[in-house]
Amino acid sequence: MSGRLDPDPISRRDFLGLAGLWTAGAAILGSLVAMARLPVPRVLPEASTRFRAGSPLAFPAGTTTLLPERQVRIVSTDRGIAAMSLVCTHLGCIVGEAPNGFACPCHGSKFDAQGRVIGGPAPRPLRWLHVSQAADGALVVDTAREVSPDVFFQPMNVG
Amino acid sequence: MSDSGMGAFWANLKALPRTFLGSFVRHGAPTSHRARSQSVFSNVFLHIHATRVHPHSLRLTTTWGLGVSLVAQFLILTVTGILLMVYYNPGLDQAYASMKDIHYVVPAGRLIRNIHRWAAHMMVFCVILHMTRVFYTSAYKAPREFNWVLGMGLFVLTLALSFSGYLLPWDQLAYWAIVIGANIAASPNEVIHAIGLPEAFNIGDIVRRILLGANHVGQDALLRFYLLHVIVLPIAMVFIIAAHIWRIRKDGGLARPGGTPSPAGKGAGSMTPAAQPPSAAPSKTYGLMCLVKGRSPCTGQDPDETVPAWPALLRAELFVFMLNMLICLVLGVFFDAPLREIANPGVPENPAKAPWYFLGLQEMVSYSALIGGVVVPTLAVIGLALIPYLDREAEPAGLWFSGARGKVVTFWSMVVGAILAVLSVAIPVNYGWLRNWFPDIPQLVIIAINPGSLVTLAYMAWSLIVIARTKSTRLGAVALFSCFLVGFVILTYVGTYLRGPNWDFYWRQSDWPIH
Ligand code: HEM
Ligand code: FES
Repeated sequence: MSGRLDPDPISRRDFLGLAGLWTAGAAILGSLVAMARLPVPRVLPEASTRFRAGSPLAFPAGTTTLLPERQVRIVSTDRGIAAMSLVCTHLGCIVGEAPNGFACPCHGSKFDAQGRVIGGPAPRPLRWLHVSQAADGALVVDTAREVSPDVFFQPMNVG
Repeated sequence: MSDSGMGAFWANLKALPRTFLGSFVRHGAPTSHRARSQSVFSNVFLHIHATRVHPHSLRLTTTWGLGVSLVAQFLILTVTGILLMVYYNPGLDQAYASMKDIHYVVPAGRLIRNIHRWAAHMMVFCVILHMTRVFYTSAYKAPREFNWVLGMGLFVLTLALSFSGYLLPWDQLAYWAIVIGANIAASPNEVIHAIGLPEAFNIGDIVRRILLGANHVGQDALLRFYLLHVIVLPIAMVFIIAAHIWRIRKDGGLARPGGTPSPAGKGAGSMTPAAQPPSAAPSKTYGLMCLVKGRSPCTGQDPDETVPAWPALLRAELFVFMLNMLICLVLGVFFDAPLREIANPGVPENPAKAPWYFLGLQEMVSYSALIGGVVVPTLAVIGLALIPYLDREAEPAGLWFSGARGKVVTFWSMVVGAILAVLSVAIPVNYGWLRNWFPDIPQLVIIAINPGSLVTLAYMAWSLIVIARTKSTRLGAVALFSCFLVGFVILTYVGTYLRGPNWDFYWRQSDWPIH
């Protein structure tokens, strides 16, 4: 009926309507994406992962010391000083001392004295943490840096 | 001129009480069936009911009043929750103290807090029972498939509301539950680590950071959970409950044997009245019903088979509501909600137990965080949601256990489910598990093969066997649901009563070591 040679497959009215709908859809989708960014924190206001554990003299060779408020255990041997995290590698409870190592109160993971898993759901051994020394001689433990269990830190003598 | 104006003014003023009332009630006093039906029909809150209901829907053994109990509990929780918000303060340093104030100082604070806690427990309990009754009465069948899916949404929301509320007191129970919950959300890390990918692939860390607003549970986590608990989840709940109940009406009332009217939007599919209104009824009320697509709830039936929603249904609802109030009140007066010591990130309680409805999960998590805490629950929720689409057998809905064969399948599935669940606890407790047998076994194997995943697979296999043997998908669904239900009950029991310090197994609490 129409005299056009190249009839539109879609009427202008429909085209404008669809374009409007798609624009609205894109705008809503865009806003949703923008909003979804908000809850993902960019800055994490957290305490430093490094803490001062005290003078090396407080940890004579052959002793182990529990630092409960840091969830860390300091092991001191003739080879030097090492720090083991007491945070269970399963779901983050704090392990307690047990007859042959450590046991977790939450789902029953068991670790030996070196922190190796000997039972329960924990997927990894307890973490050994990086130890260093501050300028004034105090030991510094970094709870975010893991080291292998045979690394011992030899502190320099302090007066 | 002014005289008649003043006259009209006085007359209007005198008539004000009547005209005002009439303007918002819009029909006469609800003394006749007609006026009552009209008010159910025209009131925005009441019209979530149909004007007439079938007596089968009112019978105690059809619903056990569970759906209405859930609404009642949600209302009680909303009111008591708003009252608690008057004093509660979601600050890291104030949260615990404000809970103590509510418990010990605020007038009636302890009672309101107790009622809030008890209503929450009852709601979790009833949502499980309600789902069970809907399942066993086949009430998820067409046209109600999607209402079952909405119901699954409500189920998850109910658990999420309970759990998010658990953090708010900031006591030992709260703190360690959230630490564990957040780390379960981060447990995909286990796999990333086990296959040796670098830390940057730890998707779990990102999930946890969104949940907690930080890497550790602290002020940001408390604020986020508070927001979820008092705004986000309740609003979602209100909308879904409204849609859920509205759909019941649109699906022609509750499922019942022998005649569910065709669903709204299907069938006749035109706007023409499907049936003449009963001649005795006033055409206005019932005529409007005929504008609804499809057939109205009363077409094709003897109109006398149904009874007016007001008073029969409203009376039943009021009764259920008062009963729930009574139970909450009695529990709240006699049993205090717990408040432990203030959260201490250095020492968890021993044993550190989740709220009761998650103890079954805690039992499975004690083999693998990822499988027990993420994979099995996700599969269970998706599997449950898909039931109406995988079992499309047309059969008398509203019949408990689908008759005699269904009862047999339910019984044997519960036996099988119970045996498997007990074995899944007994074998590891007595003989240890893979790591005790093969100390050097790869971590991926430990993650994948554990009692939780094995029992889930066995349940699925059992239900496939039932489908093959009975040639009925409905009976297969009955088998699967019964297995999971009994497994859930047994694992919850074990987690609650048989696990002691260090999650070790004890027959009696009196056997726990003293320390
Ligand atoms: C907060 C949670 C919930 C509320 C407030 C709620 C409310 C209700 C109410 C008031 C009814 C009317 C009849 C009755 O009492 O049984 C009902 C029926 C129904 N519910 Fe729920 N419900 C909830 C959760 C669920 C869940 C978890 C499911 C399943 C996954 C579900 C699926 C259904 C279905 C399919 C019906 C229709 C039953 C029939 O036609 O016989 N609901 N619900
Ligand atoms: S957190 Fe230690 S076993 Fe689960």
